Amino acid sequence: MKSFLEYIGTEFIIFLDFLGGLSILGLKTVSSIVRYPWHRVRLFQQANRVGVDSLPLISLLALFQGIILALNTAYQLKRLGSEMYIAGILSVSMVRELGPVITALILAGRVGAAITAEIATMQVTEQVDALRTLANDPVRYLVVPRFLSFSVMLPLLVLFANAIGIFGGYLICVYRLNIASRLYTKIAFDSLLFKDLYVGLVKSVVFGMIIALVSCFEGFRVTGGAEGVGKATTRCVVSSFILIIAADCIFTALFYFLMP
Amino acid sequence: MIEIREVSKSFNSHQVLNGLNLKIRDGETTVIIGRSGCGKSVLLKHIMRILMPDSGTIFIKGEEITKLKEKEMNRLRLKMGMVFQGGALFDSLSVGENVGFGLIENTDLDKGTIAKKVKESLELVGLGGIEDKEPAELSGGMRKRVALARAICLGPEIILYDEPTTGVDPITADSINDLIKNTRDKLGVTSIVVTHDMKSAYKVGDRIAMMFGGKIIKEGLVKEIQESSDPYVHQFINGLSIGPITETSL
Ligand SMILES: Nc1ncnc2c1ncn2[C@@H]1O[C@H](COP(=O)(O)OP(=O)(O)OP(=O)(O)O)[C@@H](O)[C@H]1O
Ligand SMILES: [Mg+2]
Repeated sequence: MKSFLEYIGTEFIIFLDFLGGLSILGLKTVSSIVRYPWHRVRLFQQANRVGVDSLPLISLLALFQGIILALNTAYQLKRLGSEMYIAGILSVSMVRELGPVITALILAGRVGAAITAEIATMQVTEQVDALRTLANDPVRYLVVPRFLSFSVMLPLLVLFANAIGIFGGYLICVYRLNIASRLYTKIAFDSLLFKDLYVGLVKSVVFGMIIALVSCFEGFRVTGGAEGVGKATTRCVVSSFILIIAADCIFTALFYFLMP
Repeated sequence: MIEIREVSKSFNSHQVLNGLNLKIRDGETTVIIGRSGCGKSVLLKHIMRILMPDSGTIFIKGEEITKLKEKEMNRLRLKMGMVFQGGALFDSLSVGENVGFGLIENTDLDKGTIAKKVKESLELVGLGGIEDKEPAELSGGMRKRVALARAICLGPEIILYDEPTTGVDPITADSINDLIKNTRDKLGVTSIVVTHDMKSAYKVGDRIAMMFGGKIIKEGLVKEIQESSDPYVHQFINGLSIGPITETSL
């Protein structure tokens, strides 16, 4: 019994330690963003990597998600004979929930893991130290461009994923369930309130910041050689997933109770 | 002058530096010798303040770097160069961008001037014209020399070399030794050279400091060290397996 409590206690302390380190990195990053001019080339490179390079994968998965959602909703609504409302349910769930979460999880796996591997390799080969001896701040040089591009590109990708997802539903509804194309579009967009869009975008910005900070943080705190880099990459993906879902839960509850 | 006073450092209860004292005079080359794992690289990193001591102080040109703000430290770092043991070249940048990194990031010099300085630095280490190569395309010895070029490109007053001749062929090693000597003779640079290579130590060093047990146990002119009767020093510089230093001691 004691050892179980001890285990929980140790894990909790490790988690607090992680959150503490992450918050410090976050504060340093924000203060660096405010105080120093941004490096346009590096920002552009990262934005490209986060945003443009992820477009094909995001489109494919959002399309599938839209189709799956439409089919599952149809399965339920068919019994009530109100299939035309699929469009509304689909667009609201996509915009408020699925678009942001799916896009964030994909990016954590695709780009976050790569960033951790990259920074961790720089750390174990002393490139991060070399950066400092050349009078450069690793936070400013490495974290800021990634943080900014994630915070901007993730919401943009989410908007894109939403549109593709709704289009996926359209394919099912119009070509399989014989709902009129006009009706689908009208219901899909009429059901959306400005609030829904806003909720989705606020979430995406937060998810973007989480991925950028976690991936850089795990990279910097790597220990050991190649094996350490592998472990850091795994930790980055696991921690990002947990924090994204936890943040999603908190935000959904907040928005539900504060902006009913 | 660089002065290290009573510096201690441990990593998770493993004490690496243990009240270390060392003075480095301006315009001289001090060679630091000691067994693998005794903390030579850790010591160099303290001088660059990549690592902070647990206790003790370090002065560089009269400034107590252990108390400086990061911004002031960076001003000082621009007058210093460090060649890492493994080179530590940025592998996302070309050789030219690596060598010019300090100038590109910290000065307002125009592209032409930087390119010229990069070219000069690379020629100095015998690698003219490889600006556009990627670090991954280079051999280990070439990487080391590019790292050397990167350290001298900013025209520093102090250069720290971490095993500059390890892993390069004897001829290149000798030209690196010449380079270290020349930066002192022609530019008056203060150098600290960590090495296991006694031939190189005798060639480039004005003074030699021997590290053992987290301290400098002996420091003096090259001649004094060569003639030292200290059993530790004698064993190390002559590379003897029998003596007071055993397999397990660092
Ligand atoms: N960041 C670190 N975290 C934990 N331990 C470290 C760290 N850096 C160095 N050490 C430990 O400090 C000791 C000294 O390391 P250091 O790299 O300074 O040795 P060295 O004298 O340069 O050896 P070599 O001649 O092989 O390069 C080693 O035992 C190493 O494990
Ligand atoms: Mg070393």
